[in-house]
Amino acid sequence: MKFLKYLFVGIFFGIVLVKSEAVSWYRIYEMFKFQSFHMYGIIGSAVFSGIVFTTLSKKLKLKNINGEQISLPAKNKGFINYILGGSIFGLGWALAGACPGPMYILLGTGVISMLIVIAAALLGTYVYGILKNKLPH
Amino acid sequence: MNFFLDPWPWYVSGPLIAVTMILLVFFGKTFGMSSNLRTLCSIGGAGKHAEFFNFDWRAHRWNLVVVLGAIIGGFIATQFLSSGAKIDLNPDTITDLNTLGFKNIGDSLVPAEIYNWENLGTLKGIAILIIAGFLVGFGTRYAGGCTSGHAITGLSNLQLPSLIAVIGFFIGGLLMTHFIIPLIF
Repeated sequence: MKFLKYLFVGIFFGIVLVKSEAVSWYRIYEMFKFQSFHMYGIIGSAVFSGIVFTTLSKKLKLKNINGEQISLPAKNKGFINYILGGSIFGLGWALAGACPGPMYILLGTGVISMLIVIAAALLGTYVYGILKNKLPH
Repeated sequence: MNFFLDPWPWYVSGPLIAVTMILLVFFGKTFGMSSNLRTLCSIGGAGKHAEFFNFDWRAHRWNLVVVLGAIIGGFIATQFLSSGAKIDLNPDTITDLNTLGFKNIGDSLVPAEIYNWENLGTLKGIAILIIAGFLVGFGTRYAGGCTSGHAITGLSNLQLPSLIAVIGFFIGGLLMTHFIIPLIF
């Protein structure tokens, strides 16, 4: 079962995000109000750990399970799409209190109305795909 | 104190989120949750309408399995690993939300004022969920990633585009929280 390991990664991710309260609407609101260090601590320590990992994996030439050297993909150059797309996402993130990962996780915690948010997110993705060539990037 | 039932502090949670990314990278994949929305559009036949969805979605099935796992993880965490304690929010946050008319703040993960099933019966209630979801779906694809792809993976790899995207996340988030949410509620 080559997919089983991904199922376990997902379960782990879901548990961590619930236990950290990062899936909570209130925590996102509190973060954007700058009233707690909690979310900044989570994102900051995740990024710090990630930087340590990427630096070490380059130095030690770590390989993945396929025997290829580990490297995270470089993002395409750009500005408008990142700042504009990012801002649009931010508006939705603060209103829904959930980014795509937590949307699925919250569904699992029993927030059934999240299905509406996920369906609307699919529609948003679809509309982007249709308009892609007309938007500034 | 019970480590498994109490909420985990940030310095435990953050590194464990990095572990999620590291495991996926070790498996030869990447950490990106919003990509699944594109994959699902593709599975639904959106490739007929836009080139953007014309790709071999079968190569992305692994990520949908991560999503399935995340749903199960959410279920396990609330059913078996929660003490049911209130979220320990800043009292100022609670006061601010009280002023906006929110009740039982922090009793559950999400506010009933937004996610209660009955809200779907009102135009305002359903509009909030649809608009929020649409903005997330449209914005992440336009920006080429969400919190997992840009804030965690991109910043870990010191990518300038990801930093620009994260600045965008905050422009939008601050606008919504400070100016639009007070108008809505």
